[in-house]
Amino acid sequence: MKKIKDKPQESEDLLLEKDRLWQPRIVAFLCNWCSYAGADLAGTSRIKYNPQIRIIRVPCSGRVNPLFILRAFIDGADGVLVSGCHPGDCHYSTGNYFARRKFALLKRLIEFCGMDERRIHFSWVSAAEGSKWSQVVNDVVNAVYQAGPFTGFDLPVFSKETEIETPADLCKQGPERFAYSIDLMSRTGKK
Amino acid sequence: MARIGVFVCWCGSNIAETVDVKEVAKYAGCLPGVVISIDNKYMCSDPGQRLILDAIQKEKLTGVVVAACSPRMHEVTYRRTVAQIGFNPYMLEMANLREHCSWVHPDKRMATEKAKDLVRLMVEKVKRNQPLYNVQIPVTKKALVIGGGIAGIQAALDIAQGGYEVILVEKSPSIGGHMAQLDETFPTLDCSQCILTPRMVEVAQNTRIRLYTYSEVEAVDGYIGNFQVTIRKKARSVDIKKCTGCGQCIQKCPTKTKSEFDAGMGIRKAIYVPFPQAVPNKPVIDRDICLKFTKDRCGACQKVCPTGAINYEQQDEFVTEDVGAIICATGYELTETHIYPEYGNDPDIISGLQFERLVSASGPTLGELKRPSDGNAPQSIVFLQCVGSRDPLAGRPYCSKICCMYTAKHTMLYRHKVHNGKAYVFYMDIRAGGKNYDEFVRRAIEEDHAIYIRGRVSRIYRKGEKLIVLGADTLLGAQVEIEADMIVLATATVAPKGIEKLAQMLGVSYDLHNFMCEAHPKLRPVETNSAGVYLAGACQAPKDIPESVAQAGAAASKVLGLFGQKELSREPIVAQVNQSTCAGCFTCKEVCAYKAIEIREIKDKKGNLIKFVAEVNKGKCQGCGACAATCRSNSIELCGFTDSQIFSQINHLTDGVTIEEPPGEVPMDAEETQGVSEETEKERLIEKPALAGQKVKN
Repeated sequence: MKKIKDKPQESEDLLLEKDRLWQPRIVAFLCNWCSYAGADLAGTSRIKYNPQIRIIRVPCSGRVNPLFILRAFIDGADGVLVSGCHPGDCHYSTGNYFARRKFALLKRLIEFCGMDERRIHFSWVSAAEGSKWSQVVNDVVNAVYQAGPFTGFDLPVFSKETEIETPADLCKQGPERFAYSIDLMSRTGKK
Repeated sequence: MARIGVFVCWCGSNIAETVDVKEVAKYAGCLPGVVISIDNKYMCSDPGQRLILDAIQKEKLTGVVVAACSPRMHEVTYRRTVAQIGFNPYMLEMANLREHCSWVHPDKRMATEKAKDLVRLMVEKVKRNQPLYNVQIPVTKKALVIGGGIAGIQAALDIAQGGYEVILVEKSPSIGGHMAQLDETFPTLDCSQCILTPRMVEVAQNTRIRLYTYSEVEAVDGYIGNFQVTIRKKARSVDIKKCTGCGQCIQKCPTKTKSEFDAGMGIRKAIYVPFPQAVPNKPVIDRDICLKFTKDRCGACQKVCPTGAINYEQQDEFVTEDVGAIICATGYELTETHIYPEYGNDPDIISGLQFERLVSASGPTLGELKRPSDGNAPQSIVFLQCVGSRDPLAGRPYCSKICCMYTAKHTMLYRHKVHNGKAYVFYMDIRAGGKNYDEFVRRAIEEDHAIYIRGRVSRIYRKGEKLIVLGADTLLGAQVEIEADMIVLATATVAPKGIEKLAQMLGVSYDLHNFMCEAHPKLRPVETNSAGVYLAGACQAPKDIPESVAQAGAAASKVLGLFGQKELSREPIVAQVNQSTCAGCFTCKEVCAYKAIEIREIKDKKGNLIKFVAEVNKGKCQGCGACAATCRSNSIELCGFTDSQIFSQINHLTDGVTIEEPPGEVPMDAEETQGVSEETEKERLIEKPALAGQKVKN
């Protein structure tokens, strides 16, 4: 799948062009017990939904490190969906509560950074909600489609020789860069 | 170097219809690290599994990706298969091409693209899989049964029969449940108490069963094989050891209230035994109405008690028990009779359970049928089915299942008491599936002349002595007006109030209507998603007695199967701490729902303390990964879902082939862009040592 690097001008021709070439790429982190099973149920019930979604199975929404979400954007995703059990129904009792708090924070951070909030979604889908799952996917794909291709974190020349800029420097350069700087910070000190 | 085998399944036409399986297999074969890629009609069949085994041996595979159905379906099957030849089962992963792709995307091109992506992600993940080995944990061979209705009684007896100890907890003062309230049972019309009470006595006499009545489960801790359960023994105000059950206290008690056992049709005293055959047959004081507790007067029961068993100072007592398995048999409740405003709230409109008490020989009227308002025998009764159930607008679209049968039974019981009485039944459909069930309904119509009218009732109102029922006969296409003396509503079966609290405690999921969820609706109907917790009876869905008993037996056999093992072998999807980098902040301890994180001291050779680090108790860890996502120093990994595995999947969202090229070369679609493209940027990031874990090494 090819991607347009620059956001097209909002003229009709270009929008049509965009329609033709670009399909959003969305990553979904699904907890094994509710949402993954809900997606399975959508399958067994043959409920059709948009194919632009790539599912990564995790044991619990609490397993999803906010870094996974930022990383997904860096690696070419246009939108991210995290879905877990309904509050109170977590297979691991409290995992989705931790997830909820983390994502509430992350969402605020991402909005603060100027990134389009339509790119990042959280939902609760239970193992019995196959139709809700398809609805969620379609809604997310639509929202991301509206937001257009993700072009953030697109840093200019930044070779090995250049010194790593400080997060403060990156902040000055633009809002979406700030999120990138967060990512940089978190990766320093990684194994 | 990784040697991965990819096995793409057609699943007959289930996958092959919308996914070009051959193309996916061909594509997978080109992925770096993949040495063999095969497709087959049915991978899960014997020849299909043989293919995988042969490839593992021939190609010396280090990892296997089966691209077929959901891992929730067949992961266990394939892992078991590869384990037969000594291949580590956790080096096998499944890409979900059926439930998540072919069944939901009708467009063949898009579905095939997605299938390729899903396979690629799994190949990248499996490259980073580590061999894992099952965790062995000991099992406490004692079971807990929650709920002392027929399902709980049956389960307890079956486990005790198998030779293991059982703790039976019942929240009301006696075991027996709803079945003890019934008069006669369908489809045989045998007396409910005659068949139930011997079993209740058996429970009381069985030395392997410890009975906690008037008790509730307060907290559940631990995991399969090793649960710690806290039981609250509510204060009975009667010393059960001293009490002989003579009943003098009950005779002298001046305070009266509606009896729960008689479904509000009869009365009981403040100190009471729910029913004469109660087990244990020891009274309990209802502190909400007893004068001693409300007004500090009376004390009659204490004065007359010959053994001094009455103890007003008794407090709730907490007992902790270690058990290895839990059976939840908490049963059901019925909705109120006045759920539809158009039916009104007349005393002569009663529920099926209340009717049951009115016709019961042990009931408030001693088996004489008297209507509640004036005590006359009703000359005509209208029975309404599906009151509150099969009604999506009322929020209960499900069928309550037992009402068709018990209404037929009620018409018979009524006609046996009042020979000239008229029994009308308004029904939507008759659901009499079961051995001898349809014959039973037919008998009610043909032999006992019950008048069945297909249709709904729109209004009930009182006119003098009579209740007027306005309804429709949809078979005749006519309106019907019936004068009745009494109305019996087959009210909906619902989950008991507050049951979701227990479900959360047990870690069992529950559906929209608060019925507990089984692990699989067809193949694992008694297990739950919480290992070691099983379901029996109507807590799962409305059920009649034979079904409840059958399920209780099944749950008991699951428990016996668990207890039959010497040690329990558990999946090794657990967290692991890198103790050299752990800083000992113990944030992981805060987020762990299972108290699986323990503090360990690290000492040098001389025994001086160097630092405290976290350690995971593998028996307690359930593998949720909350700790791994929370660790500030990245020192915890969740085996099977490590950071590097998930990052590698994220990394290869877009076609992974581009990053294989040496840095500096122009990426494939660079001509479209000016300056430095996203891809080169990504490449550069991949090059960074910080991301070495995710780099493809070949």
